Amino acid sequence: MVEREQTEIREHYVLTSADYEKGLKEGKLLGLRCKDCKQITCPPMIVCQRCGSKELEKTELSGEGELMTFTVIRIPPEDYEAPYIVCLVKTKEGPWIIGRLDYDTEKMSPKLLGKKVSFKDVYTHADKYSGGEHVCPVFEISQ
Amino acid sequence: MAYVSIKNHKHGALNPLAQWYQKYGNLKVENILNSRMIADPLTLLDCCPFSDGAAAVVICAADIARRYTDEPVYILGTGQGSGGALARLEDFTKAASRISSARMAFKNAGLSPKDIDILELHDCFTSAEIIALECMGFFDWGEAADATEDGQTDLGGKIPTNMSGGLIGKGHPIGATGASQACMIVEQMKGAAPKGNQIDPVPEIGMTDTLGGDFGTLGHIILGRSRRSK
Repeated sequence: MVEREQTEIREHYVLTSADYEKGLKEGKLLGLRCKDCKQITCPPMIVCQRCGSKELEKTELSGEGELMTFTVIRIPPEDYEAPYIVCLVKTKEGPWIIGRLDYDTEKMSPKLLGKKVSFKDVYTHADKYSGGEHVCPVFEISQ
Repeated sequence: MAYVSIKNHKHGALNPLAQWYQKYGNLKVENILNSRMIADPLTLLDCCPFSDGAAAVVICAADIARRYTDEPVYILGTGQGSGGALARLEDFTKAASRISSARMAFKNAGLSPKDIDILELHDCFTSAEIIALECMGFFDWGEAADATEDGQTDLGGKIPTNMSGGLIGKGHPIGATGASQACMIVEQMKGAAPKGNQIDPVPEIGMTDTLGGDFGTLGHIILGRSRRSK
């Protein structure tokens, strides 16, 4: 059943969310390049996040980017351990992606905004209410 | 941001239908800043509660409204917008879905922000109220925070906002919040809002701003005591 669904999804998607998560676990930040407008889409979607075109091809992002904003989660959802940092990164290739930041939560400060960050690791966790594990990229400050 | 919480709790405490009725009506800036940190920089008093609640509206064709009530309120304009994931919105202080939805409603009604007498907006967090005021065009970018501190979004100000208490002071019964915003505007138009929340004279034109899924879905409704002239 799951296999059939996956096959059906693959007919429409160049890169599925399962492919994306598998990539993260292998240390690769995967995305899509639009053949029409040349923009990068990440995480993957069925269409280009900029122009809506379906003419997409798989690509790997450098994993380098800039810290745009962050928050320190002090009160977590059930089954998660706080504190942890959620960050928004503007990748070198363009798309903004959300992830965790590996940094001392007590030393986080707006002074870190604009710092170079790089994709370091992956965070996976299955909480009580989800159908499967939650997979997200973890970044570290690289400068 | 703390001034949004002070204002919305002040009005929520006066609203007998609010979750925080007769509570938190007299907050000071320090109370908000010193309350428990949830997700920097939002403290507990920057966040709305999740509430149990219900709201209902009766809608019919404008032509037959007077068969059912002596005081109909008319829908003058509506707007709708949708967007993708929050992280894809490069600048989420300027959410495209809210900007286009509000513009659609104003265009539909043939009105502009200066025509609106009262506003109920989606203040799920104090920062959200400031962002909404700017996206809808009530203030220029970066000016809504100072305007709030200055009282321009309170009773007697430029645009009284969330006189029901909003999501923060009245409560946030998720699915019922949008309808409850319409109810609160209608109550104001009937002059039936609690003392301290009622604007005087009663508002002619009001507006609601409703959101779901981190700017994924936006809706605006402009309501008036008189039918629009065509």
